[in-house]
Amino acid sequence: MKTPAILSMTTALTLCATVAMSANHPVTNELLSDEQVFTYRIGDEFASIDPQMSEDVDGGAIVRDIFEGLMNQDAEGNLVPGVATHFDANEDKTVYTFYLRDDAKWSDGTPVTAGDFEYSWKRFVDPATASPYSWFAEEMGLVNVSAIIAGDMEASELGVTALDDHTLEVRLETSMGHFPLMTTSEPTFPSPRWVVEEFGSSWTKPENIVSNGAYVLSEHVPQEKTVRVRNAMYWNNDATIIDRVEALVISDENAALTRYLAGELDRTEVPTGQFNSLSKQHPEEAISFPRSCAYYYFINMTDSAHPALLDQRVREALYLTINREVITNAILQGGEFEAYTFTPEAISNFVPPENPAAEMTQAERIERARALMAEAGYGPDNPIELDLLYNTSETHRKIAIAVSQMWKQALGVEIVLQNMEWKTFLEARSNQEFDIGRAGWCGPYNMASSFLDLMSSTHVYNDAGYANDEVDALLDAAKTTDDPSESFTRIEQVLAQDVPILPIYHYAGVYMMDESLQNWPVGNVEQKWYSRELYFTAE
Amino acid sequence: MLTYILKRLFYAIPTLLILIVFSFVLMHSAPGGPFSSDRPLPPEVLANLEAKYHLTDPLWKQIGRYVYDVVFHFDFGPSFQYKDRTVNEIIAQGFPVTLTYGAISFAVAVIAGCALGMTAALNKNSVWDYLAVGISIGAQVLPNFVMAPILVLIFTLWLGWLPGGGWNGGQWQYLIMPVIALSTSFMASIARIMRSSLLEVMHSNFIRTARAKGIPARTILFRHALKPAMLPVISYLGPTFVVMITGSVVIDLYFTTGGIGQAFVNSALNRDYAVMMGITILIGTLTIFFNLLVDILYAWIDPKIKL
Repeated sequence: MKTPAILSMTTALTLCATVAMSANHPVTNELLSDEQVFTYRIGDEFASIDPQMSEDVDGGAIVRDIFEGLMNQDAEGNLVPGVATHFDANEDKTVYTFYLRDDAKWSDGTPVTAGDFEYSWKRFVDPATASPYSWFAEEMGLVNVSAIIAGDMEASELGVTALDDHTLEVRLETSMGHFPLMTTSEPTFPSPRWVVEEFGSSWTKPENIVSNGAYVLSEHVPQEKTVRVRNAMYWNNDATIIDRVEALVISDENAALTRYLAGELDRTEVPTGQFNSLSKQHPEEAISFPRSCAYYYFINMTDSAHPALLDQRVREALYLTINREVITNAILQGGEFEAYTFTPEAISNFVPPENPAAEMTQAERIERARALMAEAGYGPDNPIELDLLYNTSETHRKIAIAVSQMWKQALGVEIVLQNMEWKTFLEARSNQEFDIGRAGWCGPYNMASSFLDLMSSTHVYNDAGYANDEVDALLDAAKTTDDPSESFTRIEQVLAQDVPILPIYHYAGVYMMDESLQNWPVGNVEQKWYSRELYFTAE
Repeated sequence: MLTYILKRLFYAIPTLLILIVFSFVLMHSAPGGPFSSDRPLPPEVLANLEAKYHLTDPLWKQIGRYVYDVVFHFDFGPSFQYKDRTVNEIIAQGFPVTLTYGAISFAVAVIAGCALGMTAALNKNSVWDYLAVGISIGAQVLPNFVMAPILVLIFTLWLGWLPGGGWNGGQWQYLIMPVIALSTSFMASIARIMRSSLLEVMHSNFIRTARAKGIPARTILFRHALKPAMLPVISYLGPTFVVMITGSVVIDLYFTTGGIGQAFVNSALNRDYAVMMGITILIGTLTIFFNLLVDILYAWIDPKIKL
């Protein structure tokens, strides 16, 4: 006769637990949902979730959840404390000192120390690690970094030292005002030395991994799903609301949309061209917000290109003739922004220069473009034929067709479309086997230099052979100035004159998102989001 | 018989070696490499990566090292793309998935296909024949990349009966749609081959003789007609089985089963040489093995064939 008593007790306890779980949000006081499980789509299996190996966006989001670096970003992209509570710098900003909190712990209970960061940063640049992202350490400008990566110096010579368990000193080769922003990037996050050394490259497997973030990895089925659950050891675990996060790999975005509509996902990307109809059917769920990414064509200015492209007037004519409104409103339809500058306006402290082209009507632009072409000696009796190189994708194809038609109708320029598979495309691009090529770029941090650095004559990404001494000098100077925004505006002005690239549009993040999911950082243009900041309200 | 099998297995070794060398050379001659990316790596970073994966060695040396590791350590190397995993792990994770839904789809396709084909052949020019042929043509013209979204639309979005994708360790709910999508077109082919071959056999002299002797129709069909009628079907089934258990990209992509078909295509796109080689060898070995099996089955069914 005991069983019923036990049963009723269990039932009572379960009831209590359920009641206790329905809580209100500590800040906003909204009623929270009982179930705090966030399921979202990723387009591809991530390459690695080893912080020092991580290189893709989807893997980065997981790394940010399960590890924590010195600093974090808030919903607007501003710096907020992470493992470090604060930092200071010497006068010329070449030495930074980070002060670490003393309650940060790894998921196995070991304290997180400055030594963990020193180890990880040295591991990051060590040629034996061969991290594909180690170029980022060179951008960070740490003392001796290039020599270490090239194998001319030991990793122990890197300009980072743990002064004690809670103080980390970083020495830079040149002054850099925005250095702390870089500590929000995943490769600077700590790795647990004892686990890495015990398990080698399989230390990130769920059964081995030890991490210091708000979540721990609990399950990983490659090409299917990755599950993370709360880390009870996390110093701020009490403030975490989402209990479990599942990332499902779904390559086909239409398949993902169907599964979202069937209620299997809380967030997915909107396929190109479907935003308008989806936002009519689901106005609360379809969202669009600016991203720090640019879509542009770049012009080959080396010897292998069509000679006409070396003429500034021809490049400017091509720049003017692209009807960006058609591309954003008729093709993409996801709230993207017409681009006349390389740097997106959403980037903080960026003031775009006055650009007459942006103010003109399309008819005026075409008129001016025709005049420029005639001046340069090209027209119906002396037509140009150019190759337009892009990688295989339905969206790239649509845009390339539209742009080539605009050029043909307005200027009589004949375009040969060259569609290539991704790796073949990269090869052709780096060998300068193109006249005009497609490119997309997302700034690795929220500053105009994360775009404009590409225009430096020495940048590895500068496949188009553009070189302007003034731009180079301004970029160098911008690294050490406190407020370089004027230099950035000036560089954009020079770019608008030289026209080495043809900006087309700036990206928008276009999502379908469950309406009860709150606090998605739409104001963070880099889209550095942290699951511990999100929560579901009761419906 | 035994010497034949041993001989065939012996021939498999040079065949596989040629396959390895051929794929290796083809793979490396494709433009781009595993580390070419949107943000080109600085030369010193690229040098470190290439050194780690021995890409700086001459090709013959790379092939030699590869064959040595495979033969003596059964080690297919680390993945170039997924830095935390080896090729052995990728295959060990993906192949059981593909094997499961592939083998079930194969069984479904063979049983349903043979049944349809037999129904059509035995009731030639009747309603049953037209119905069976109609079904098989319908299944044939609906490729799986059309079938998959339609199935998801009906069973997930409208009816809400089945999950729209995933694998979950192979629970039955997750298996139904991949199996339907994968098996239908194979079922249609089997049905057509079965129908025409059975029709031919039923019109042959020895069946006529059997009929004249007054043997019951059922005995004629199962004892005399079915065996020879199966021959063309079996020669189709060998390679088909390999195709089905080594995965379908469409099924893997659309239902995110995590199978090996998607891994194979991704490895080609990513120039993940190690994964590409590993799966090529797997498919090559299976193909050789099942071709041998088909030949043995042939000899067993048809006494005219001697091995």
